Amino acid sequence: MSRVRVLVGTRKGAFVLTSDGSRQKWHVDGPHFAGWEIYHMKGSPADPDRLYTSQTSSWFGQIIQRSDDGGKTWFQPGTPQGQPTTTPDGMPMGESNNFAYDTSAETGRPLTTHQWYDGTQHPWEFKRVWHLEPSLSDANTVYAGVEDAAMFRSTDGGQSWQELAALRGAHGEQWTPGAGGLGLHTILLDPTNPARMFIAISSAGAFRTDDAGKSWKPINRGLKSQYIPDPDAPVGHCVHRIALHPQRPDVLYMQKHWDVMRSDDAGENWYEISGNLPTDFGFPIDVHAHEPETIYVVPIKSDSEHFPPEGKLRVYRSRSGGNEWEALTNGLPQSDCYVNVLRDAMCVDALDPCGIYFGTTGGQVYASSDSGDHWQPIVSHLPAVLSVEVQCLP
Amino acid sequence: MIRVELPHHLRTLAGVGAEVQLYVAAPVTQRAIIDALEARYPMLRGTVREHGTHKRRPLLRFFACERDISLQSPDDPVPEAVAAGSEPFLIIGSVAGG
Repeated sequence: MSRVRVLVGTRKGAFVLTSDGSRQKWHVDGPHFAGWEIYHMKGSPADPDRLYTSQTSSWFGQIIQRSDDGGKTWFQPGTPQGQPTTTPDGMPMGESNNFAYDTSAETGRPLTTHQWYDGTQHPWEFKRVWHLEPSLSDANTVYAGVEDAAMFRSTDGGQSWQELAALRGAHGEQWTPGAGGLGLHTILLDPTNPARMFIAISSAGAFRTDDAGKSWKPINRGLKSQYIPDPDAPVGHCVHRIALHPQRPDVLYMQKHWDVMRSDDAGENWYEISGNLPTDFGFPIDVHAHEPETIYVVPIKSDSEHFPPEGKLRVYRSRSGGNEWEALTNGLPQSDCYVNVLRDAMCVDALDPCGIYFGTTGGQVYASSDSGDHWQPIVSHLPAVLSVEVQCLP
Repeated sequence: MIRVELPHHLRTLAGVGAEVQLYVAAPVTQRAIIDALEARYPMLRGTVREHGTHKRRPLLRFFACERDISLQSPDDPVPEAVAAGSEPFLIIGSVAGG
């Protein structure tokens, strides 16, 4: 029987939850990196025991952790324990937490400022890694989405990082941080086309490359954001999350600040699919592993009130690719519940029936082993959950 | 030897106890101490001061001999007692955030 491993990043550490394929009984391991904010953990599709973790702190900055044994042991890939800390010629080994923006004339076009809240230009300042996306085919290649928004790539297992600087050439001088910061939070790799990637940035929008990051274009046509004076503005849209089904990567789904959106042409055009949702504000969105037209969101009341309407925690599922939504409530609290579900805190597994997982700011991680029909909390009292990822293991 | 006292999370990262001892050639300054700390414990690079600019991270403070010396020039000599090893150089996470 298959096994399942759920990787949970929280405000105060990382947790690894494991179960057999029935997904009924869970073992909780952690906290790893206790006391640190774990923005994201994700396993390599090429080597499931290779895990990458973003460990961060307002005090001490950014750390990248790596495990090569499925989370049993961890190390900073730039400075493995017991290994020399200098090269043979005495130079320091690369540090895995060095995310230096590329300002070179050759590749960085030298971009040094973006728009600030008062309309002035502000220097790009690295704050943290929001999201790590391992390559689909090479365990040593991993992408990082960071704040202030930029994308980095490591091809040596997280030891060193190089910016894909052309992204900031896509109107980067107009990007402005929102309340949550100017974070690059979503990276989608097209399994049918290694040169194509989609990314999303809070309060800048969605972007696509078709040449493995050498050039990027905004893909925000059709998005409506009332607070932007120009309705056709190429950037400035607060995209909260985008998702795709690997068998149909030209169809994208988006949870925006307000509005749930869909594109059928790889982001060239978007149209609204909010339909009968009780509110179309929210953060996560994901796609069923086996049904490309089945999608999930967790609506919250508004931009001012980040909790479920009526105190009822409801996942909404559409089996028609949007517009027609049904509330999934069985096993979820239906009174006095005022938690939020953050953008990276929902995921699906590839078992049959498909498993759905999400974590809350109240520290619960809920799982459904039947595509959302029934839910159970698999752990209830963690620190606020920032991210949830799942792996299916042999 | 210079004695450097680390906050909890940096001890965990470096795999050391509360205090580490470092050889620092004279003149002993904040910059020289942090240079020596980062050379001995590369995993701490970027955690005490920023990559590139080498500015002290905003929520960390440097104390010595019961005084906050965070705002002194990184190239000023540290107090004699620190340079002599009789008092530690303290790296402290500021009380912030609740």
